[in-house]
Amino acid sequence: MNKKKQVLVACGAGIATSTVVNNAIEEMAKENNISLDIKQIKIAEVGSYVDTADLLVTTAMTQKEYPFTVINARAFLTGIGVDDTKKQILNELVK
Amino acid sequence: MSSLQFDESLILKDMEVSSKEEAISLMADRLAEKGFVKSSYKQAVLEREEEFSTGLPTHGCSVAIPHTDSKHVNQKAISLAILKHPVIFGVMGECTTTPVKLIFMLAMDEEHSQLTLLQRLMQIFQNAEMLHYFCKETDKSKIKEKVLTQLEFSLKGGE
Repeated sequence: MNKKKQVLVACGAGIATSTVVNNAIEEMAKENNISLDIKQIKIAEVGSYVDTADLLVTTAMTQKEYPFTVINARAFLTGIGVDDTKKQILNELVK
Repeated sequence: MSSLQFDESLILKDMEVSSKEEAISLMADRLAEKGFVKSSYKQAVLEREEEFSTGLPTHGCSVAIPHTDSKHVNQKAISLAILKHPVIFGVMGECTTTPVKLIFMLAMDEEHSQLTLLQRLMQIFQNAEMLHYFCKETDKSKIKEKVLTQLEFSLKGGE
């Protein structure tokens, strides 16, 4: 059995946008029968998960380099390009 | 859970501003006058917007959703500004900018508990026709009704 992937969902204040994104990813995981360890955090907290996370999905801009893939989640809010973003995330999850 | 505050006094129609800071300040002042947010709210939103932009290009006019931590909020509220002339906001998660015509300022009083409300808001952003309606409609009570109808399910149902 593969270890559950840890997905970080983050926005600046960790209150508004990440909640929407969090829910969208949970639904995606359910649809695809993937079990995930989703952490909804503030972008400032990403540093504490550097060793454990597999993916960061965020609406905040990240200048830092991380050892995992970072995906911009704005599409979940505006609907523009949301299918592409979902595909991108799914690709990372089944890696 | 307290109910969402949103009425005509929180709709700023034909707002004439020359910058996003000015727009955010006017909106935050109004929310503070009504007692829905603390005096620290304005500065907190301004700082957050500087660090994490909230501009969202849509299929219609661009929108922005300035907000901040719940600790600056007394009561859950939304303010809507319809700008006479768009002002430049940073695009969420990018280095680019977008001219924003509609600003939905969010005052959220609990973390992580506003999901349905937010999803309803996002549906507004994904509806170019509705965005256009907010830009053109001159009657504030009609705008209020439209927003509330759109958000109502989340306020009533919850589940």
